Amino acid sequence: MTKENNNYFIKGKKDNWEVVIGLEVHAQVLSNSKLFSGSSTKFGANPNTQVSLIDSAFPGMLPVINEECVKQAVRTGLGLNAKINNYSVFDRKNYFYADLPQGYQISQYKNPIVGEGKVLLDMPNGSKEVGIERLHLEQDAGKSIHDMDPSSTYVDLNRSGIALMEIVSKPDLRSPDEVNAYIKKLRSIMRYLGTCDGNMQEGSLRADVNVSVRKVGDKDFGTRCEIKNVNSIKFMQMAIEYEAKRQVELIESGEKIDQETRLFDTKKNETRSMRSKEDAHDYRYFPDPDLLPLNIDQKIIDDLKKSLPELPDQKKERFIKDYNLSAYEANVLVSEKEISNYYEEVAKQSDKKLAATWMMGDLFAMLNDKGLSISQSPISSSNLAELIQSIKSGEISGRIAKEVFEIMIETGDNPKKIIESKGMKQQSDPKELEKMINEILEQNKDKVDQYKSGKDKLFGFFVGQVMKVSGGKANPQLANDILKKLLKA
Amino acid sequence: MSNLSDKTLTELVGLIKSKQIKSEELTSEFITNGQKGKKLNAYITESFDIAKDKAKQFDIKPNFDCLLPGVPLAVKDLFCTNGVKTTAGSKMLENFIPNYESTVTTNLWNEGAFLLGKLNCDEYAMGSSNETSFYGNVINPLEDKVVPGGSSGGSAAAVCANLTPATIGTDTGGSIRQPASFTGTVGLKPTYGLCSRWGIVAFASSLDQAGPMTKTVSDCALMLEAMCGFDPKDSTSIDKKKENYSKNLNKNIKGLKIGIPKEYRVDGMPNEIETLWEEGKKILKNEGAEIIDISLPHTEYALPTYYIVAPAEASSNLARYDGVRYGFRSNKGNNLIEMYENTRSEGFGDEVKRRILIGTYVLSSGYYDAYYLKAQKVRQLIKKDFDDSFKKVDAILTPSAPSSAFKIGEKKDDPISMYLNDVFTVPVNLAGLPAMSIPAGLDKNKLPLGLQLIGKPLAEQTLLNIAFSMEEKINFKLNINKWWEK
Repeated sequence: MTKENNNYFIKGKKDNWEVVIGLEVHAQVLSNSKLFSGSSTKFGANPNTQVSLIDSAFPGMLPVINEECVKQAVRTGLGLNAKINNYSVFDRKNYFYADLPQGYQISQYKNPIVGEGKVLLDMPNGSKEVGIERLHLEQDAGKSIHDMDPSSTYVDLNRSGIALMEIVSKPDLRSPDEVNAYIKKLRSIMRYLGTCDGNMQEGSLRADVNVSVRKVGDKDFGTRCEIKNVNSIKFMQMAIEYEAKRQVELIESGEKIDQETRLFDTKKNETRSMRSKEDAHDYRYFPDPDLLPLNIDQKIIDDLKKSLPELPDQKKERFIKDYNLSAYEANVLVSEKEISNYYEEVAKQSDKKLAATWMMGDLFAMLNDKGLSISQSPISSSNLAELIQSIKSGEISGRIAKEVFEIMIETGDNPKKIIESKGMKQQSDPKELEKMINEILEQNKDKVDQYKSGKDKLFGFFVGQVMKVSGGKANPQLANDILKKLLKA
Repeated sequence: MSNLSDKTLTELVGLIKSKQIKSEELTSEFITNGQKGKKLNAYITESFDIAKDKAKQFDIKPNFDCLLPGVPLAVKDLFCTNGVKTTAGSKMLENFIPNYESTVTTNLWNEGAFLLGKLNCDEYAMGSSNETSFYGNVINPLEDKVVPGGSSGGSAAAVCANLTPATIGTDTGGSIRQPASFTGTVGLKPTYGLCSRWGIVAFASSLDQAGPMTKTVSDCALMLEAMCGFDPKDSTSIDKKKENYSKNLNKNIKGLKIGIPKEYRVDGMPNEIETLWEEGKKILKNEGAEIIDISLPHTEYALPTYYIVAPAEASSNLARYDGVRYGFRSNKGNNLIEMYENTRSEGFGDEVKRRILIGTYVLSSGYYDAYYLKAQKVRQLIKKDFDDSFKKVDAILTPSAPSSAFKIGEKKDDPISMYLNDVFTVPVNLAGLPAMSIPAGLDKNKLPLGLQLIGKPLAEQTLLNIAFSMEEKINFKLNINKWWEK
């Protein structure tokens, strides 16, 4: 636990201030159709082409729950080590807005589908547990588009009614870094589960951030402000930093924090007041009479639990045990499901340690450089495995391997083919090597004499000559052995 | 054949099936009646041309293997009908033409019937006299200064005045049974969930239920059988096998236990109601049923409970009428909020606004527990009253309403006295039970009075059988002079 040794704080004029953060993450459920209608959920369709009579709230239309969305929420709850509630209720959250056709959002208020759970974060100074307060299912609203026309607002209802999971954390986070780790961990878990694609650009993962500050050592929480709908981790971190500093300044100058909802302005890098607590909506929640309470049979939950894939935490343990990786390596390699799959494919066909080294070194550097994800890598897992095999078998040296790797990036070719066609194969025939080394020693008799009279450092010179003559292809180990043997004679 | 429209639905179906009459003949008589009956203001929208066409099509290629072959039906204007304007009695939907058909009407059409037109009703079914309709009040065919009841007032008047062979209404707090009682017709509110709510303009979702309104109990059984059924599009629909109510209709009620609740008496209730109630008991006894006094102790709380729950749900259900996507939109206002405000101010009538305000109030933070939550608890107690009684009895007999049809305008400005007219019908909706109103006799002003039968969940057949047996003995005859045709 790092709650105690948290080292992120805001330096005020007088005191050091601890930042307390809680997150409400809205994760779009991966499902073919919406939470209460059969409309498609595909992203990027033309406006208002994926809208049913239910989504647009025509008279007499009724919602019918999409079972797959319920299962996705249960899976996610299980992935968060949370209590699944066999009984939950859908409520109406009433408010008027042009992109909310029903005039209410169907959500879950008093009885959410998922209760308390926890998420483990790997921080540089140890692991940290973050509590989950609840997870509930709700409908997404449509989209108001204000910038298409100077005087009108346009409404796109394609998103209206898509299922969201609202995942509410306890106020356990203490720094922008922890927020970063938390969001990434949530996203990783949901991607492993296949319950949310976690794509923040497309808005399938958004968050409201609750921030308050208190003097280091204080037990009581300060008054919090909620920052609405920040849709990138970077903005979230910037917003938290700005907001925490703002609060510290206010308190230290003797003022009070108003509990309010604030917006983050990404251009000015500041938060500003959206509405105060007094102006807060009265949502008039009440159970939706169009829907019966959701009763989930324990057997369904048990079956879903059994069919759950291996999750990052379990996979990490297994990687450490089975592949002899360090905690750090394992952590990096399980962070995304695709990365872990890639690693296992490479490791199984080559060498588990070298696979980790090559991936975390050259491969990630290249992907990072090119802005590619692992699934877009020009080097397939089997090709990387072959490259590593070639190093292990002595066919090529590590140095040559790097050259081959570069060519693989450009061409996507198989390493064997590259080695063959470019004649990059290592010279590993002892007779051939011995012949070549003898010639080198013949031509450098003076140096041989000096070496024999005690100038040990000259050994490096001979190695250099061997590499030069062989064009770098001499098997270094073998060349060393032969050199030593011949120089002794 | 003459005076076809005087006949019952069951008789008409028989005549069609035995090929003694054609659908076209039948349809044109109801259309003529409709045209002559304009003074009643029962129709909001007539779809006579479509009906004529459908009748012709039926006669060319008749299919007799269904419950309602070639039968034209006008329906309450709360059911969405594909291609035919659906207003819910409101200005808000004065231009709304759905491109979908409600499940209940679809079921009727699948049984061979077709649409004659859309019948007037209180705005969004909120009212007990049909006076809140944007399209004007309906007049009771029995007397020209009297309301037909509500909210299915147009439906009741249309059946009573032979404008349609039968019809369907919706009942949220008595909207089928009270107008049936006021017009001397038969009306049944089924068990909550027996008929799909899909495609019916919602008033209060946990209470709304569609049901038949007919001249006779047999007609009622036939209509119920045609309209009901499980619908996966309605999450509150009951998944059960369809019953053959008309085929299984019989008068044998020997041994049935009928409860008489002592709480169903109110101050100022006319003596005739008490008398007819007594006569009803006598008839049941003579038919071999056992009369048992029961108590439904929470009855007095039903009305206040109803007027919290129903407006609460309505305030949310009616939020969708915002002028954004369909229906009326005010052309006043400079921004979204003003557009909402003007649209809803101009589009809704007073009673609807009153209920939206009440509903919004009882759900507001700080009032929720005292009103909405408490009402939900009382609702459970009311339901429990019935559950307890149904351990002792098979059905309950009560008056349908505490009065006969009242004068137009009499209660219009006194919402409380208007609401009190629902006192005997709302407990049933709160408990989700089936109940029906059958004509029992006349009061001193020669206006009809109804008796209400309340049954166990899904005991519609029992109710219909008891009603069938009583109907014969009561032998009620409507005396209509067709004043509106003069």
